[in-house]
Amino acid sequence: MRHFFTILSHEVRMLLVSPATYIAGSAFLAFVGFIFTALLEDYSKAPQDLSPAAVFFLYYWFPVIFMVPLLTMKCLAEERRLGTLETLLTTPVTTAEVVLGKYAAAYLLYLAFWLSTAGYFVILRRFAGDAHLIDPGPIVGGYVFIAVSGLLFVAIGVFSSSLSRNQAVAGMICVTMLVALILGGEYLYHASWLDRESLAQLKAAVDYGHIAQHRQDFTRGIVDMRELLFYVSGTVLALIFSILAVEAKLLHS
Amino acid sequence: MNAAPPQPAIEVSHLVKSYAGVLAVNDITFSVPRGEIIGFLGPNGAGKSTTMRILTGYLPATSGAVSICGHPVASEPDVVKRCVGYMPENNPLPDEMRVSEYLYFRGRLKEVPRRKLGERIDEVLELCDLKRVRHKIIGKLSKGFRQRVGIAEAVLAEPPVIIMDEPTIGLDPHQILIVRDLIASLRGRMTVLISSHILPEIEMTCNRVLIINQGRIVAQGTPAELRREVLGQSAYEVEAAGAMGALPFLLASIDPGLSVASEGPMDGQGFRTIKLKALNPEDAGEGILRACLSEGLRVRALSRAHPTLEDVFLAATRRSWDAVAEDTPKTHAP
Repeated sequence: MRHFFTILSHEVRMLLVSPATYIAGSAFLAFVGFIFTALLEDYSKAPQDLSPAAVFFLYYWFPVIFMVPLLTMKCLAEERRLGTLETLLTTPVTTAEVVLGKYAAAYLLYLAFWLSTAGYFVILRRFAGDAHLIDPGPIVGGYVFIAVSGLLFVAIGVFSSSLSRNQAVAGMICVTMLVALILGGEYLYHASWLDRESLAQLKAAVDYGHIAQHRQDFTRGIVDMRELLFYVSGTVLALIFSILAVEAKLLHS
Repeated sequence: MNAAPPQPAIEVSHLVKSYAGVLAVNDITFSVPRGEIIGFLGPNGAGKSTTMRILTGYLPATSGAVSICGHPVASEPDVVKRCVGYMPENNPLPDEMRVSEYLYFRGRLKEVPRRKLGERIDEVLELCDLKRVRHKIIGKLSKGFRQRVGIAEAVLAEPPVIIMDEPTIGLDPHQILIVRDLIASLRGRMTVLISSHILPEIEMTCNRVLIINQGRIVAQGTPAELRREVLGQSAYEVEAAGAMGALPFLLASIDPGLSVASEGPMDGQGFRTIKLKALNPEDAGEGILRACLSEGLRVRALSRAHPTLEDVFLAATRRSWDAVAEDTPKTHAP
């Protein structure tokens, strides 16, 4: 794993010097800021049951479905298209180090983008003058949820990128998988046809993978080991598949 | 103490690689002693790049054994990757990095100790004449500089074996000269395997040449050996005027292996170009000249033709295509 940090620091460096990162970051902040403003307008009109933080994290999936593919589609697809993957893999670096290094860099950027949204709460606290709007519990829980679920979402993005040499295709695969995971899970959770006795096991699996439920638990301050395990095992699986995909493409190139 | 290690730098035996049923490399065997520069020649799609990729451990072989500096590629890929500096075809480089940054990153990946790396980067920049562009962004460099960045990167970690796939492709003659000198300067220190289409280039730098066609080695040896082996004869050209009728008999009387290959058309002054073929490698020029004069021919010029590597290459690849054409069973469905 000695090359992991070389690749990670290289990737982070390349992200920091690239103007695209700052443009994407600004776009992300503008987009999430728009959601946040719309949400605060509701609060100014009428009192609400939930704290703003809890409602804010309700819409986490919207930026995730846009941002994760954009952050990750480049990482392996681009290397393969340019042929630099070949120069990379002919040095004493293993495929696992390359995939993990790129994954870690993408994940750090994802976290940095989300952490910058904490600024909204700082601004709210400064100008609202109403302490009960800022409830630290849901804010911390929400960010922990973002960090934990981000592990899986970014891993899915890296996996999509390992499947194609075309960035656009990789991006589309990633959007599809994220929509299937987040919105599909939501749909299945509410699907009445799964309530039948014979499908009880399937229903249990759907409930286990219901991401909206996880978000709710985290923002309420419940950190369930089973939920953590869901994201960690999913991440490990997606990364193993990414490594295998890169190696399989070499075998059958 | 300069005892030559017993094992050769590159050893390939019965290497086969097939892609989805198509044989790209078909039973190649060769070995390269340390410190030699070896040229890999072949038409497009002959299997050069595939063989090189297998040598670097990037692609797995279908069957056969490859070892670099005594380490088998299949079972010790990590050791092999430390022994090889590789520059792939078209030399892919990240466009957004600076030259020195790129070399630093690659040096770290190749496990050059951090303390020595700066010094080593200065050395290769000097060697490849890249000092002027060390802070430039790679994407903005000209083709010649990019190519030299690729070479600098390949020699960076001072590996015992360097493999370069078409290092001179797309360069102008002046840049080719620089790259050629650069490769020649590695002779003796490193084993270099280069592939190329440009034959004079290979002829000038390489100790030995391997000609490969359709996945097979069709000829190998030093350029001089190849000329003898593949063409098997020397040729002469005489420009003479007069009656040629008795010339073939006269020639046969000097040397039975000597015969007229072709006769050109007569030019304005009555001279024609006659091409002669000799099976005997010894110089028969004097005998030919004497024979012509004794026949009363007026001789304007006599020269011994030196077959270029190009002729050898064409002859060798043509020979192998003929062989393949004979091998292929005729499977025309009625």
